Amino acid sequence: MVKKVRSHISQNEQLLFEMSSPGKKGYQLPDLDVPVVDPAAALGGQAVRSEIEGFPEVSEVEVIRHFTRLSTWNYAIDLGMYPLGSCTMKYNPRVNEQVARTEGLAWAHPYQPESLAQGMMEVIAALECALAEITGMDAVTLQPAAGAHGEMTGILLIRAALEKQGNPRKKVLCPDSAHGTNPATAQMVGYDVVNIKSNDLGMVDVAELVKAVDGDTAALMVTNPNTVGVFEEHIVQVAEVLHSKGAMIYMDGANMNALVGVARPGDFGVDVMHLNLHKTFSTPHGGGGPGAGAVAMKAHLEPFAPTPRLKLDKGVYSWDYNRPDTIGRVRAFYGNFGVLVRALAYIMAHGGPGLRNATMDAILNANYIRKGLEAFFDLPYQSPCMHEVVFSDDRQTKKGVKTGDIAKRLIDYGFHPYTVSFPLIVHGALMIEPTETESKAEIDLFIDAMQSIAREIDEDPQMVLKAPYTTRTSRVDETTAARKPIVRWKPAS
Amino acid sequence: MLSAIGVTHIDELIAHIPADARLNRPLNIATGKSEFDIVDYFRERGDRGANGFASFLGAGVYRHFRPVVADVIVQRSEFLTSYTPYQAEIAQGTLTQIFEFQTMVCQLTGMEVANASMYDGSTAVPEAAMMAVRITGRNKTLVARTVHPEYREVLDTYTKHQGMPVAELGYDAETGRLDMADLAAKIDSDTACVIIQSPNFFGTVEELDALAELVHSKGALLVYVFTEAISLGLLQPPSQADIVVGELQSFCISPVYGGPFAGIIATKEKFIRQIPGRLVGETKDTQGRRAFCLTLSTREQHIRREKATSNICTNQALIALMGTVYLSLFGKEGLRELAVQNLSKAHYLGGHFETRFSGAYFNEFVARVGDPEALNAKLLEEKIIGGLPLGRYYPELADSMLLCATEMTKRPEMDKLLAVAGRSK
Repeated sequence: MVKKVRSHISQNEQLLFEMSSPGKKGYQLPDLDVPVVDPAAALGGQAVRSEIEGFPEVSEVEVIRHFTRLSTWNYAIDLGMYPLGSCTMKYNPRVNEQVARTEGLAWAHPYQPESLAQGMMEVIAALECALAEITGMDAVTLQPAAGAHGEMTGILLIRAALEKQGNPRKKVLCPDSAHGTNPATAQMVGYDVVNIKSNDLGMVDVAELVKAVDGDTAALMVTNPNTVGVFEEHIVQVAEVLHSKGAMIYMDGANMNALVGVARPGDFGVDVMHLNLHKTFSTPHGGGGPGAGAVAMKAHLEPFAPTPRLKLDKGVYSWDYNRPDTIGRVRAFYGNFGVLVRALAYIMAHGGPGLRNATMDAILNANYIRKGLEAFFDLPYQSPCMHEVVFSDDRQTKKGVKTGDIAKRLIDYGFHPYTVSFPLIVHGALMIEPTETESKAEIDLFIDAMQSIAREIDEDPQMVLKAPYTTRTSRVDETTAARKPIVRWKPAS
Repeated sequence: MLSAIGVTHIDELIAHIPADARLNRPLNIATGKSEFDIVDYFRERGDRGANGFASFLGAGVYRHFRPVVADVIVQRSEFLTSYTPYQAEIAQGTLTQIFEFQTMVCQLTGMEVANASMYDGSTAVPEAAMMAVRITGRNKTLVARTVHPEYREVLDTYTKHQGMPVAELGYDAETGRLDMADLAAKIDSDTACVIIQSPNFFGTVEELDALAELVHSKGALLVYVFTEAISLGLLQPPSQADIVVGELQSFCISPVYGGPFAGIIATKEKFIRQIPGRLVGETKDTQGRRAFCLTLSTREQHIRREKATSNICTNQALIALMGTVYLSLFGKEGLRELAVQNLSKAHYLGGHFETRFSGAYFNEFVARVGDPEALNAKLLEEKIIGGLPLGRYYPELADSMLLCATEMTKRPEMDKLLAVAGRSK
């Protein structure tokens, strides 16, 4: 039985271009206090466009209604549990939105004099310091714009350090459970990718690793806890295997929400890692960005960090551009500062003990879900789980229902689906990450919903295959979209 | 919950983490602060910024007024706190809006397809170069020195290890535009793309026709970069280009010390399968109603892994949403009117200076002022942040600064700057 939701009216809405009528507008400009310049005279008639064909013309009220109506077609954390594994969909505190809009910060130009930028630089320094403590690393760069961008920065650091020693080496090892960004990143930094098989416990197979690591190996990219939610119990040994051959260990910090205050990558041998501030540190996902991909590194990689580096001298901050060994810039300016503000606000609100409590609550919630569902879904790995639990759809596929179908049915129960079909090493994966945000009441409803779907599959699998039933849009035809891509609106001809 | 799991103490849940990998002390971070403390901490840091200063900085980040409505929309929970729209049935809001965004980017740039956005303008540049390399099967990139210096640095970082040599093209010392002779000398049958910016870093508008003709005659692609998106409201769309990339910050994003912003990448239909990042496409649901979904994901890293078009795994959805709201408020007429205001303000200011280049400019220009640092120091005393001294990026322009005026630049501020600079007429 569905307990969490019932349907209500959903407004229809056209595209902006279809509701447009000539002459409507939603803006007011101030009176021009200088002589108006004729564009054709200033730029040359050839250079000036006539009109922006097809561009919308709508009123302010229409704009408000349009986007508000669209917004009601979305699910969101503020509506309920969003258990996407590896995505860490936790509550985004609203105070963080407010402080990111502080006038002196929000309107700071990246090139304003450093004497007028000390406040911003202090924020950056404070966050670097907190993240170094949390990861057990020696230095942090906040320049990368996203997780994958952080990965690229980290592998560039490794490459630069190895090059400095005389040989950048040829290959990067990735476990078969890795996020797709890992191999894609290694390739962009000029490395061949070698996939490493996981063992029966879902962990890196140390024997396989020993065989694979040689003088051509630059690094291993490992996620810990890995994508099946399991802590790599041999991680110290794994790091030793790499270091003994002069290679390094990169950690994908996507799952850092399981470790904050509990274990530090710097203490278990990691050389460099990224953090997704939009996951562990609560900055909003915003429908797919912006995030930030801080990179934390050991001291031996710091000389290669992106420029500019923040420097403190006699109580005054400045940007240091004179860094002969730097990998260079990975983006313009200093990073996604507005996101950094939010992450620091989150850390300040929690404090050290609060951060550890959040981690433990996230682990507790995942284990509670595991207990509640293990009688209903197959658990491919028996290893203890951390902040997320991964089931497979093996039992349900016998009835013709796959993980993607279960996900769609879950929508009818008022939940956002878990992560579907990832990691690839689990057949038909259901990857569930509740985060610390959820109360027992919400999680009980979730477990109840999943159990109910499992029973529906036993009784009436055909019904589940056609879900969802309660959304304003029924199942969407993704195949046709890819076969004949229409990626922009055009007027009816 | 603990008893349901079958443990007596919560720490038993992490007992399997080996002792040598565990942290056995509290984090050295102060205990949690109240909401008041947090608001106060950031307010205090903001107060030591440039509140109350007039500013003439541009150079890739522009001060434009942000209509109130846009900030209201982006704070809707359903936009702010949702994830990437992988589950199309409960993400039609975000998907529909991205489809509108992609359409507007095409309308503005004269391109046929655009993606859901990139990290920012600077990282979109190497992505465009990588795309050109895939399309042409060639490996060399030529980039104008008048492309934003930091964008060029990012291009270097990305291309260094991908077997993609990059060479720079000079500018015409008289006009400030691309040096066509240098281009003609350097372009060859290994050139995958030529990257130019317009208005370029000096604010000068490039003349595309002859440029595009030369680039195409050598079988290379033309990549058009913009940092001042408002210019698209007035300038001819760069439809001669093969790939257009740029920065959206001007569309309602506050400068916020350099980010988060959003980039765009747009191109011709025939190159759609080489475009990096997320794309939203139109389709139907099982009952034949219009619907949208993410599409062509076989280009992307989660499917293709090391063979993907890029490692990019996100867009800047919320920023692109802000831009979409902004553009729908301004619309067809407003964007042009806004652009004319920018043009008029900058030309009022520029009319009083000895401009370094003769080429047409939009809302920023290079002024020869003698000692830019000294002038800026004098201006700071008057609570004015002057232009960007150019010597650090272009040693030959050490006597010049880049000045910008937008619709937010008030005439009394300009007159004060002119008085301090000894340029009042």
